[in-house]
Amino acid sequence: MSAVMITRKVRKWEKLPGKNTFCCDGRVMMARQKGVFYLTLFLIIGTCSLFFAFECPYLAVHLSPAIPVFAALLFLFVMAMLLRTSFSDPGVLPRALPEEATFIEMEIEAANGNVPAGQRPPPRIRNVQINNQIVKLKYCYTCKIFRPPRASHCSICDNCVDRFDHHCPWVGNCVGKRNYRYFYLFTLSLSLLTIYIFTFDIVHVVMREYPVSHLCSQKEQTGFTVLEVLVCFFTLWSVVGLTGFHTYLISLNQTTNEDIKGSWSGKNRVQNPYSHKNIIKNCCEVLCGPTYPSAFVYVKLLIPAGLSSVALTASASFQHAVLCLQKTTAPLIPNEHTPDDAKPSIAASAEKSPSPKEELPPASKLPPLASPETDAETSIAKDKTH
Amino acid sequence: MAETHSLQDLQQPAVSSKVFVQRDYSSGTICRFQTKFPSELESRLDKQQFEETIQTLNNLYAEAEKLGGKSYLEGCLACLTAYTIFLCMETHYEKVLKKIARYIKDQNEKIYAPRGLLLTDPIERGLRVVEVTIFEDRSIGSGR
Repeated sequence: MSAVMITRKVRKWEKLPGKNTFCCDGRVMMARQKGVFYLTLFLIIGTCSLFFAFECPYLAVHLSPAIPVFAALLFLFVMAMLLRTSFSDPGVLPRALPEEATFIEMEIEAANGNVPAGQRPPPRIRNVQINNQIVKLKYCYTCKIFRPPRASHCSICDNCVDRFDHHCPWVGNCVGKRNYRYFYLFTLSLSLLTIYIFTFDIVHVVMREYPVSHLCSQKEQTGFTVLEVLVCFFTLWSVVGLTGFHTYLISLNQTTNEDIKGSWSGKNRVQNPYSHKNIIKNCCEVLCGPTYPSAFVYVKLLIPAGLSSVALTASASFQHAVLCLQKTTAPLIPNEHTPDDAKPSIAASAEKSPSPKEELPPASKLPPLASPETDAETSIAKDKTH
Repeated sequence: MAETHSLQDLQQPAVSSKVFVQRDYSSGTICRFQTKFPSELESRLDKQQFEETIQTLNNLYAEAEKLGGKSYLEGCLACLTAYTIFLCMETHYEKVLKKIARYIKDQNEKIYAPRGLLLTDPIERGLRVVEVTIFEDRSIGSGR
């Protein structure tokens, strides 16, 4: 009797139960509502296009060709940072798989002891001491984990995000540990770009009104310039303000979430335990610190075709794994949210398209026993013999 | 890519339970796991062996997250190239993660699998826990 082994690259993001959308083979991860993000793109690209089309020829000739060159570089940097912020995984924490959730529940029950009937059990909180400060870790009922310090649950994306800052509709994604620096650089570079375009628009209008040389004697239409000035003017206030606010947060090593909640406002002698008490060091950590990995990487595994039901029905705790193998579209994590993207392709051949940064070494093979956390969600030729 | 194997080669023990080694946040948000020896593993593994594994993992993660001249240089250089350099270059953290994956595989092969245990790479759980799978002990001295 022989069993057929199927090698398949299972992508973690296929089973993510949150409200995210994925593109480009999992390389792009965004929130579901992207309308405002398209508006951001339109405003930036639109305004810059008008600037390059109508102002730059004039300014390049009459002032310096370096002006459009620098504007182009700045524009490219802004777009790179925007796309990086929008498309990166902000630091989403994978939800607890059933075994882990049960393990944590048992720990909680053991810690709470006997709760008299009719009384509400105490809130699920764990206290940890960080730098002589007691930090409370809250339990997330959706993700079934105790959130790490500074993590928070985003209700829009329905994920717990590490070092959660805020959910930004303008970039169409959460801002968290992994993409905060890109977000900050985006706001900073956008401020610079806005100021730059605004300034040169004014210069352009002034030069048209009061021609300084015989070459620019004609007063041409400056309709588009006025439009750009308007967009830049309104953008300036918000973006420059936001950049200033985030510069302040970075210097104190705080997140927007903590600032809004007043976690480290100083009352009750509570201080920020994450701050290095040194502005330079705080800035360096946030902006030049290590680039944290995404929890959603490709995992390659081998699954024996006929053996799966034998091995898995042996243990009661793996009944759900059997169900998973029978119904390949069922999510591994029994949750109220069924992922829209959970459509594992039932290809017998491994799909090989890893991105260089997201592939684990192929040697990390897991044992043929298909336990659910090793992503045993492929359609397997059912072997009726046990 | 389908291969055929005989069923005997694939006979594997069933999973009896799992133990989850939690994060140690006493030093802040850096990645560190508790070295406390879980009671469920007492019958299978030496306390010292387990502590050594976890301590080595902690050291490796500390190396990955170290804030120093090298990481700042990498950060600044990447920023100047608008982070496009990461499209062709591996980050320091990723290099260490590969090292960690190799270490865990090595530990599994040498120490844990012969005792009917399996360590799961914490990155698969978002660096939240070290999952130790305990397999049923069907035959004495069984190993891979």
